[in-house]
Amino acid sequence: MADFETPQTREFPIIPTIVEGAMSHSAPFLASEEFQTDMGFPSGEETGQLIDGWKEKFLELLKDKLGKYRSLQVFMDTCVKCGACTDKCHYFIGTADPKNMPVARQDLLRKIYRRYFTWAGRVFPKLVGAIDLTEEVIDEMYSYYHQCSECRRCAVFCPFGIDTAEVTMAARDILSMVGKGQKYSNQIIPKIFKIGNNLGLPEPALADTLEGLEEEIEEETGVKVRMPLDEKGADILLVTPSADFFAEPHVDGLMGYAKVFHAAGVSWTISSKASEAANFGLFIGSYEQMRKISLRIRDEAKRLGVKRIIFGECGHAWRVAYNHLNTLAGPWDFLDQNYPIPQHILEFTKDCLDRGILNIDKSENDHMTLTFHDSCNIARASRIGEEPGSQFTIPREVIKAVCNNYVDMAPETIHDATFCCGGGGGLLTDDLMEIRVKGAQPRMEALTNVVKDSGVTHMAAICAICKSQFTKVLPYYGMTMDQIVSVHQLVSSAIILEGQGEDNSDELENGDETEEAA
Amino acid sequence: MTALSILYVILFYVAMITLIVGVTNKILQYIRVPAPLKIAITPAPLTRTGVVYRFFTEVVLFNSLWRATKWTWIFGWIFHLSLLLAFFRHLRYVISPDSFLWPLVDLQVVQSFGHYAGFAMLFGLAGLFGRRIFVDRVRYISSPSDYLMLLLIMGIAGTGLLMAYVAHTDIVQLKAFIMGLFFLDWQNLPSDLVLLAHLTMVIGLMMIFPVSKLLHAPGLFFAPTRYQLDNPREKRHISEWGAEIEAKDGRNS
Repeated sequence: MADFETPQTREFPIIPTIVEGAMSHSAPFLASEEFQTDMGFPSGEETGQLIDGWKEKFLELLKDKLGKYRSLQVFMDTCVKCGACTDKCHYFIGTADPKNMPVARQDLLRKIYRRYFTWAGRVFPKLVGAIDLTEEVIDEMYSYYHQCSECRRCAVFCPFGIDTAEVTMAARDILSMVGKGQKYSNQIIPKIFKIGNNLGLPEPALADTLEGLEEEIEEETGVKVRMPLDEKGADILLVTPSADFFAEPHVDGLMGYAKVFHAAGVSWTISSKASEAANFGLFIGSYEQMRKISLRIRDEAKRLGVKRIIFGECGHAWRVAYNHLNTLAGPWDFLDQNYPIPQHILEFTKDCLDRGILNIDKSENDHMTLTFHDSCNIARASRIGEEPGSQFTIPREVIKAVCNNYVDMAPETIHDATFCCGGGGGLLTDDLMEIRVKGAQPRMEALTNVVKDSGVTHMAAICAICKSQFTKVLPYYGMTMDQIVSVHQLVSSAIILEGQGEDNSDELENGDETEEAA
Repeated sequence: MTALSILYVILFYVAMITLIVGVTNKILQYIRVPAPLKIAITPAPLTRTGVVYRFFTEVVLFNSLWRATKWTWIFGWIFHLSLLLAFFRHLRYVISPDSFLWPLVDLQVVQSFGHYAGFAMLFGLAGLFGRRIFVDRVRYISSPSDYLMLLLIMGIAGTGLLMAYVAHTDIVQLKAFIMGLFFLDWQNLPSDLVLLAHLTMVIGLMMIFPVSKLLHAPGLFFAPTRYQLDNPREKRHISEWGAEIEAKDGRNS
């Protein structure tokens, strides 16, 4: 399938012995001048060439970051090299490359920080592991800062709360500014501003897609469920990852949201200009880009006159929405203050389930035994619901409310110790397939074990990147791509809409389709 | 006064100034640099009390380290606890019997626990040193300074134990010397080698504190991942430079 070996999955996890340079060849495609320019980043003469005076620029940018981000300044100083994080990164476990140990990844930048910004590093560089900034160092940073999915698993175990994601983000932003931007992210972000979403799906195509989905739901249930686009005066603006508009299993989740909204009797709309929940500004570590992307949602909420904003199933998008939407695109004083701003679709659905306004037939999902993959950005970087930790319970409660068969994976691989899918943080691109497959190893191992021991057939997720990543990597581990499902796909299958099944032929058709999907 | 005593008076003042000015400087820097975004590691507390509790579990129990690796936790926690006990015992050199604190310092429990803490400290440090040598991952990330730091503290603990059990020093004169430093009434320092080695290493530790990873002690409290409340939807968080960007384009109004 590829020119690398898929890691083994075992009954019990094993910490690998380090293999130096195992992944030093891995690096994503560089952004060409065109994409760099679109983002307002400089570029050298050739793609990926460093700009003139890059070294001074790099240090100047690092100094600027250290003065703007307390996290970075503190994290550069406080690491004691205790080793607590060394076996926690899924990319280290999957590749054995020591530079994929979180502390070693941070050290790529910390060695430079020490050399140029600390007394000890200036005077005794060898003693404290400080090194000069060279082109080789830059290349190494470009490689290994793109083998981090900013998932924060390391930060959970660090005695000082050092978050490698903060270091990765700072490093990537600086690299972009000296001519080494990543093609994938830098190519996608401008589409958000020009068209409205990462896919580059323009308004007419989006309208067409939604119409097609409405027809699909009607064929399946006999009920006309609307999926409105750019409807002024709707109560709720749904902001969802654009993968929900076309990819499997994402699109089944989108139909699930539509059915829940329909059953709850609320008015809602999607905006064509804000038809994307994803915010790749987070991945590239750019406050300004992240803010500009967030402001589209503000503009559209105002233009359409909505009262509430609800986000669809997406991990990093929810991290940005939950933590930063208020900071970057607030204040939200023009929205209805009786609801959380923004609200997660699961908060909405859970509330509907609790109030008993959804008619559920759990047996519709009886052909599956489910497990749940906690997405890193939801587990460790945000919250769903009212209580700390309700980001773990609410998705499970919703799944259990619509499915009879549910089993958790091993405790050290779920909740805030969850493993990243391997494709997060701007790595969901084909030019990084090797690191994606290897980084999925810990999750695949935990999944394989519940498949063997508990007869799990499907894994549910609430993140567009997780879903896309698993669709791609499950086959490498001897499973099939349709074993990953959306949580709202399960809701969609189990929900019985008012007026559904009144025509018998529809129900038969429905039954056939479900079997095919399984 | 002997030349040696004058030298140590100077060294102690230099070390104390370096430590206090250096660490204060770093803390002021951490306070000055803003945290523009909410980045609490969740599940995170919703209230200030919750944050205090979170720090209690981290600072006192090393909770995250416990979850990460039991061996490092055992060695690290024992070392830090011993350090605290040894610190309490050493208070008798800087607190006068007239002080209201003296009854606390003089407690049997404080003095005897502190007496044996040196052994526990050496045990913990030896474990941490062993991990650095024998665990390939920890060896890979260690710089010479990481080993030296452990050796330095082992040296301090070792010479301390020597004085407690083998080569006693004149502690009355030592206390006079230390108190003299505080009251600018300088006294002679006993000149036995073990004591001088002990004090020299302590002075070294004080001087490298603000320029080394020992900054983890104050830095721990400035990690936004740990001290931030989980309330971004309820309360708008904005930094000064974030607000400046907003003011420029007015798009948030």
